[in-house]
Amino acid sequence: MRIQRISIENKISTKNNKIDLSLLDPIIEKYKTKKGSTIPLLQATQQLFGYIPKEAFEYISKKTDLKASELYGVATFYAQFRLKPVGKHIVKICHGTACHVQGVKTITESILDTLQIKDGETTSDGFYTVESVACLGCCSLAPVIMIDEEVYGKLTSKTAINIIKEIQLKENN
Amino acid sequence: MESIKVLVGLASCGIAAGANKVFNKISAIKDKEQLSFQLTKTGCVGMCYREPLVEIIDETGSYLYGEIDENKITEIIEKHIKNGEPIKEYIVKTDLFENADDSFWKNQVKIALRNCGIINPENIEDYQLYGGYKAVKKIIENNIHPEQVIQTIIDSGLRGRGGGGFSTGLKWKFAYNSKSEQKYVICNADEGDPGAFMDRSLLEGDPHSVLEGMIIAAYAIGATEGVIYCRAEYPLAIKRLNIAIEQARNKGYLGKNIFGKEGWNFDIYVKEGAGAFVCGEETALMASVEGRRGMPRKRPPFPAVSGLWKKPTNINNVETFANVPYIILHGAESFNKYGTEKSKGTKVFALTGKINRGGLVEVPMGISIQDVIFKLGGGIQNNKKFKAVQLGGPSGGCIPEYLSNIPIDYESITATGAIMGSGGMVVMDETTCMVDIARFFLDFTQKESCGKCTFCRIGTKRLLEILTRICEGNGKDGDIETLEELSQQIKDSSLCGLGQTAPNPVLTTIKYFRHEYEAHIRDKKCPAKSCKNLITYTVIEEKCTGCTVCAKNCPVNAIEGERKQIHHIKQDICIKCGICFTKCKFEAINLS
Repeated sequence: MRIQRISIENKISTKNNKIDLSLLDPIIEKYKTKKGSTIPLLQATQQLFGYIPKEAFEYISKKTDLKASELYGVATFYAQFRLKPVGKHIVKICHGTACHVQGVKTITESILDTLQIKDGETTSDGFYTVESVACLGCCSLAPVIMIDEEVYGKLTSKTAINIIKEIQLKENN
Repeated sequence: MESIKVLVGLASCGIAAGANKVFNKISAIKDKEQLSFQLTKTGCVGMCYREPLVEIIDETGSYLYGEIDENKITEIIEKHIKNGEPIKEYIVKTDLFENADDSFWKNQVKIALRNCGIINPENIEDYQLYGGYKAVKKIIENNIHPEQVIQTIIDSGLRGRGGGGFSTGLKWKFAYNSKSEQKYVICNADEGDPGAFMDRSLLEGDPHSVLEGMIIAAYAIGATEGVIYCRAEYPLAIKRLNIAIEQARNKGYLGKNIFGKEGWNFDIYVKEGAGAFVCGEETALMASVEGRRGMPRKRPPFPAVSGLWKKPTNINNVETFANVPYIILHGAESFNKYGTEKSKGTKVFALTGKINRGGLVEVPMGISIQDVIFKLGGGIQNNKKFKAVQLGGPSGGCIPEYLSNIPIDYESITATGAIMGSGGMVVMDETTCMVDIARFFLDFTQKESCGKCTFCRIGTKRLLEILTRICEGNGKDGDIETLEELSQQIKDSSLCGLGQTAPNPVLTTIKYFRHEYEAHIRDKKCPAKSCKNLITYTVIEEKCTGCTVCAKNCPVNAIEGERKQIHHIKQDICIKCGICFTKCKFEAINLS
């Protein structure tokens, strides 16, 4: 079931720097009067903070007619929403049928092994978050990964790891 | 040189293959040397296996160049554009001489994809140059009655291209017959099937044809508002749709009193999905548009009676809408002359997997699967043996090689246990394990089940557990029978299409590849040599030359050995990725 994808615990948000919830005001203002805007509202919140902080549910709920439980229910239903902060870059590994047939499983293992994290986790330096996703729709280039908005295709374990290492090297220098 | 047109395919897959770099390079050279040719962006022509693609049209004809990079394009500009000498070795398609790739195009009939890769999707004028919005204008100018529009669609034989296969015209008729001041038209662009990208390519390559199809549907049923529910995973499609909508509004094709017709109001907006496969189901989709959890509900009432915000609603798929303007403009016969008795017209397929020419093809209904794979698709990669083809994604099934001569139409495909689906066609060869494929799809449906129906929620989980156990070499006698029994129960007790079809991948693989299940369970062997727990890689000592290639390529450093010494694979570290197997030039790696 969907809900299992997102862990309910929300440890990092408390130790994180204070979240400025007032940044949400213009977003709330924009969607407040429109019917059926729960999802766009949450999408905008996530775009702002990179994830949906726990406090945001209560804050939005207080300022709109929406119940916090309703918002939380929607946020945990859809795969797009994250309740935990993410790394600077998001590596999405495509697990579509074509990528599966072309061996994305081994590539996933090598990437996770190199970064020393599990699927859905963030590296300790906060640089990468890796998540497995359903089809990215670039099947003819399988196996495919997407780092932020950029898609990389026809990968092997070796090339995938090289791409990931290169991005980090480039930014560290 | 002004008359030379240069088109660069800039759909998501083209961009991933490096088309942006090529486009920027052309643009830079054009500016630097002040060359006067026309440079435009276009969508995907379907030849994904040759991306990035650049087409050059000059007075002698059209030339499609494939697998272009920055160096090649510099050479092409120098020789072809400046000196009129096309570079034959890079050309993958032209009308002027024969080409090895010609069979990819031969059996295709482009109706839904008629403009993809030809027009600039971000330019409404370009769409109009190719007959765009003429179908709506034809309706308005000739004052064609909505009932007549619906009749034309019924006569064309167009059926839902999202996979359902229900008559589009009849669906419209139901919505037309519902009386209400407000009605909705929804375009289902929540293309969730893994292994399918038809809708993405269409939206990225020709968004206006979808808008025009929706406008015609709105006219036919009397709708005032349109919604395109698009996956958030398709940012480029969403961007191009929004550009197209804005352009259509500026032209007076969307908004109030559209096309100059007093009192005809219709506008469209894009709603981004948030990642839930079940939202492809129409009642779940509407719940999601309303901002709720995307869970399906019982039907009736059908959306045509009570849909979005409890108003009559008509939902069609992207490809269905793209066909509509063509049918209205050219008449029902222009469409139903293709196809079989019950399945008319063409169907777009995303050809992927172990196939030589992966890409997007549009073929007339009735063509055999074999022809698509071997004539268009150029056969199986690396001369491996063709084993099966998966149609319909997680709701579909695997059709074995010996049935691949069946014609592509709704009824014949359903008879095999698979479904036509939205058009994903994933080709599998002898190295693909069919139990693993079933496990893969169940992993997907199990995660995507919304949880409403018990059998879907828990049943798929149990199916997955059994399949995983079999793949890991822990299968038991009776597992196959349990899978079959449980599958039937899930089919019978689920509310929506997701649950009702979730067991199809299991049932079809058991039906056609029972021996593979038995090999896993009884002999603890994976005939395709794919399930990791059941295989080992070892070095054949007599053949190893100590060249170190395997050790260098091993991603986990599981291979040790000095140069010119026999190498060894440390089994406890080996992740069984098979890289050493493919890299070794001396066939010194054994897979057992």
